[in-house]
Order: sequence, then C-alpha cells, then structure tokens
Amino acid sequence: MSELINKEIGKKDCCNIIEIKGLNKWYGDFHALKNIDLNVKEGEIIVICGPSGSGKSTLIRCVNFLEKFQEGSITVDGTKLTDDVKKIRQIRSEVSMVFQHFNLFPHLSIINNLTLAPIWVHNETRQEAREKALKLLDRVGIKDQAEKYPNQLSGGQQQRVAIARALCTSPKIMLFDEPTSALDPEMISEVLDVMVELAKEGITMICVTHEMGFAKKVADRVIFMDAGQVIEQNTPDKFFESPESDRLQTFLDQILTQ
Amino acid sequence: MAIYPLKETRTPPKSQTKAIAWLKDNLFSSISNAALTFVALYVIYLLLPPILNWTIFDANFDLTADNQSCGREGACWSFINANLKMFIYGFYPKEELWRVNTMFGLIAVLVMFGSLIKKTQYRVHYIIGSFLIYPVVAFVLLYGGLGLEIVETDKWGGLTLTVIVAAIGIIASFPLGILFALGRQSEMRVVRFISVIYIEFVRGVPLITILFMASVVLPLFFSAGMDFDKLLRALIGITLFQTAYIAEVIRGGFQAIPKGQYEAADAAGLSFMQKTILIILPQALKISIPNIVGSFIALFKDTTLLLIIGLFDMLAIVGAASSNSSWLGRETEGYVFVAMVIWVILYSMSRYSKRLEVRFSTEHR
Repeated sequence: MSELINKEIGKKDCCNIIEIKGLNKWYGDFHALKNIDLNVKEGEIIVICGPSGSGKSTLIRCVNFLEKFQEGSITVDGTKLTDDVKKIRQIRSEVSMVFQHFNLFPHLSIINNLTLAPIWVHNETRQEAREKALKLLDRVGIKDQAEKYPNQLSGGQQQRVAIARALCTSPKIMLFDEPTSALDPEMISEVLDVMVELAKEGITMICVTHEMGFAKKVADRVIFMDAGQVIEQNTPDKFFESPESDRLQTFLDQILTQ
Repeated sequence: MAIYPLKETRTPPKSQTKAIAWLKDNLFSSISNAALTFVALYVIYLLLPPILNWTIFDANFDLTADNQSCGREGACWSFINANLKMFIYGFYPKEELWRVNTMFGLIAVLVMFGSLIKKTQYRVHYIIGSFLIYPVVAFVLLYGGLGLEIVETDKWGGLTLTVIVAAIGIIASFPLGILFALGRQSEMRVVRFISVIYIEFVRGVPLITILFMASVVLPLFFSAGMDFDKLLRALIGITLFQTAYIAEVIRGGFQAIPKGQYEAADAAGLSFMQKTILIILPQALKISIPNIVGSFIALFKDTTLLLIIGLFDMLAIVGAASSNSSWLGRETEGYVFVAMVIWVILYSMSRYSKRLEVRFSTEHR
C-alpha cells in the first residue's frame, strides 16, 4: 500500500529510512499495536492521527525504543533495533523527539538544554555546540531567552525550545508526539509555524497530531490509526476529501466539526 | 455590543494601623484563637520569669568565682569559663591544642579561598581537591605522625569529637546513600535485592544497637591482635546507619522526578551514567535538600549516643566536668550551655539549607 502511494506521490522514492515490519506490542494483556507495517522514505513528512488510545504515540515511541515491543522489527537508517544498548543509543543519536509536555530539563538554562546532547553524546566542543544552539534559538525566535530557565517561559516558547533542542544534534529523523496538545490555543500557531518551516527543509518527520491544517499543508502522507492498527493511509488530499473507511469518516466528522 | 476600556492598576489600600491589623489577623482572628492567645500568654508569664531569673538576674557572671562563692540561687557561669577548654577539646593534651585549632582554622581558609574562585569549572576541581586532601591533613593534625606527637582517639572529645563524628558521618554517608538509592532503583535484581535488604535492615534497628554492635560485638569476630580503634568502629557504625536514611531520602527525590525527564534524557541518546549524573541526580538532590539536611541534623543530635560506648562528646563532657569535686552540682549550667551551642549549630544548618533551596531554585519568581 505505502509503496503504491509513494509512487503516486512521485517524490522521495529513493530509500526507506524507517522500515517497520509486523510490529506487535502488548501492555500486559492489552494488545496496543497490532501487526503494523510501515515504511518511511527519507525526507517524507508523515502525520499520524486517530482517537486517543489508538496506539499512535506508542508507535512512534517504538521507533526510538522508548517503548519495548514484543514482536516484529524496526530498522532505522539501516540499523535494526535490538536490545543492544549501543545500537539503541546510535539510533537515538540520529532520531530526535519532541514531547507533548516539552520535557525540558528544568535545572538547566535554555542554552544548556540545547547543548547537552551535542556535548555529551556527539562529542562537540562547548564552543561549537553553543554557536549552533544560538543559531537554532534564533531560528525559533527566542534567542534573547537563552540564559533563562524553562519555567520562566510560556508553553509555546518552551515547545519551541524543545524543537530547537531536538534539532541541535542534526538528526535525520524528527518524531513529534502531540507537540501542540498541551498548549493554550493562542500558542499553537507559533509552534506549528516552526514545524512548517522545518518541513520545508527536507528532514524526515513523523508527527502525531490532531492539527489537520498542518497535515493538509505539509504532509506527504496521512495515516489514520484506530485500536492499535493502521486503518487507512493516503495523501492529504485524498485522506480528507474521500476517506475510504467509515471509521475515518466518523473521526474526521468529529474533529472537523468542532 | 459594549466595549470595556482597560482599567488602570492601583496600589492596594493601606490598612489603618499595621500593628493592630497584624494582631487582629494573627492573634485574635476568632474567639478560639483569642482564647489560645491568652493561654499562651499565661504560660509565658509562668515560665519566663524563673528562666530569666536563673540565667540572668540571679546568676553570677563573675568568671573567676568558684563553686562556693557563686551562690545557689542562680546560674554560676564561671563553671563554663573554667571548663570551656574541656567542652571544646575533651581530654586533648593542653600543649597540643593548636593542632585542633589549626584543623578548624584550615576549614575557614579553604572556604574563603573557594569563594574567591569564580569560574565554575575551577571551583569544582577545587572542591573535589579539598575533599580529597583535607581529611588526610586533618587526620595527621589530630592523630599525629610526621613528627607530631601521637594523640590516641580516646583523648579526643567535646565539641571537637561531636563535629568530627557528625562531619565524617555526613560526608561519607552522602555518596554511599546515593549509590544505595540508585541500587534500589536498579533493574538488576541482585543489586536491588542487596540494597533493599541493607536499607530495611539498618532502618529497622536503632542507632544504639548499631553502635553496640560496632564497639562490643564486632571485636569478638577479630583475633586479639586485630583490635582496631574504638572511634573508627563508631564512625563506621554511624556512617552505615546514616547511609540507609540518606538513601531513602534521595530515593524519594528520584521518585518525584517526572517520567518525562527520563524519557527526554533517553531520547537524546544519553547513557545511563550521563542521564543519572546530568539530569536525574541534580533534580533529585534539589528536591531532597530539606530532608537531607533534616537527616543530617538528626545525625548531629545522635552523636550524643557515643557516650554509651565510652566516647566523650560534648554532652558527655558536661557530666565529666560536673562530677569533678570542685564543681559538684553544676551540671545544669553545662547542659544549658551545650544546648545553646548545639542549637546555634543546628539552626545555622537549617538556615543554610533554606539558602541552598533558594539558590538552586529555577522556578519562575
């Protein structure tokens, strides 16, 4: 299915940067992910949506092994995920994540939040890391807050810092786990604007989000998940114009009539 | 539709008289509160005059008076003056007291130098260096060697002993406590099992028992020649005891840290050690400061238990000094004095912990 869609889109059909095969995950007895197959091309922007509890967060958290899975395989940029700590760390150094609740480190200043991973994981010098961090802060529009602490910033600013922190390690893949769900309404757009800018630059992105405007604007592919499985995936046009399954139809009706 | 203009901000109204408003708010806000205020005032009225009379108005401040000329109606403060050296240094030889003074003086010098170092990186090196070198210097000064006359540990006593035991107990138990707290959280079953057993065993036993074990039972297991120092045994006992409490306090700090912090550290690719040292510990320790200091204060007070294994801390010295025939019956003065000294030390510790909390606070203020 995804092969076909990628051909249809006609772009970025070079190579899979993420390959997920037969992925199954259980929380105790609860079957959270059911036989997921998903390939992501390099540079592809994917939006995953679905009702809460549908497994969409769990899916992207499996990609950087924040969640363990019981069956199936995930290959990220040629490296297959196993229990091997070294491999996990290698993948995590190429995959960055932005969380729903920002998860900035409250005891570190903004600039130190950004330079932490470059210095300790990527062995950059303090100077290099700092310069890059300041550039990124400039890009997300909060350079003047560099010496402040996370709790002194608004939610929207914190999430922009979190995005800058994620970019600081020059990742190949960015995972967004509901990045705007914990924000006050007037702050959502400032974060989405940064994400749209990012999408234009050709980085591979997987976003779990309910921001359908964002999906329409930048996504190459939109995936609908329910009850732990992929129900439907399509280009944004077809996804929103002519949903094939009833469940997606119902879901779209619910969120778009809000 | 109506439009409402923004209203200007004003300063709050001034209450009529500040003192009266304060009294009304705090002491007489309700009938039961007013009743409590009067009861408290009555208790103060009953207690305060005799206390003041004994300590000040009827007391003899002539610092050269002896036990007879002092009189019996009030405190005889010359008792403190006459025995001050003993309270501070115990039975340490008089000619060698400069060594103890130098040891305490060095701390002041170290702290002063440290505050001059501005750059964080050098400061960390300086602190670590001090912690490695100072104890050796202090030990040589106190115990002797390298040309200094040996002073056996059973001569150590008084405030000096109290401070040494408390300081070593605090400094040694801190890193050990962190290790056991980590051990209890560990995913390795054996490590976790050992940590839990250790912590729960030690916490289930009073300090007195551990001190007795260390001083009486432990030597039974060693052959006669291997008998090692009584103070050292007490220190090991106290450190082991304190470690268990600190471990539990720090574990509480670990558990207060949101799961998201662990996830963000993992997602960034930090190793377990990096995650623990850079992300989790600083936050956990910050949360735990009040409880850590509380636990240290408890330890400081517990050092008075050293008496029962025959070490003379400051409190025990009072007993020794007042059983001297020329000062019979003056232990009250001694205990009051010791209480004041200990209170000053502990209150400073508690104030210092407040300052630390504020300094490490990164909350929006």
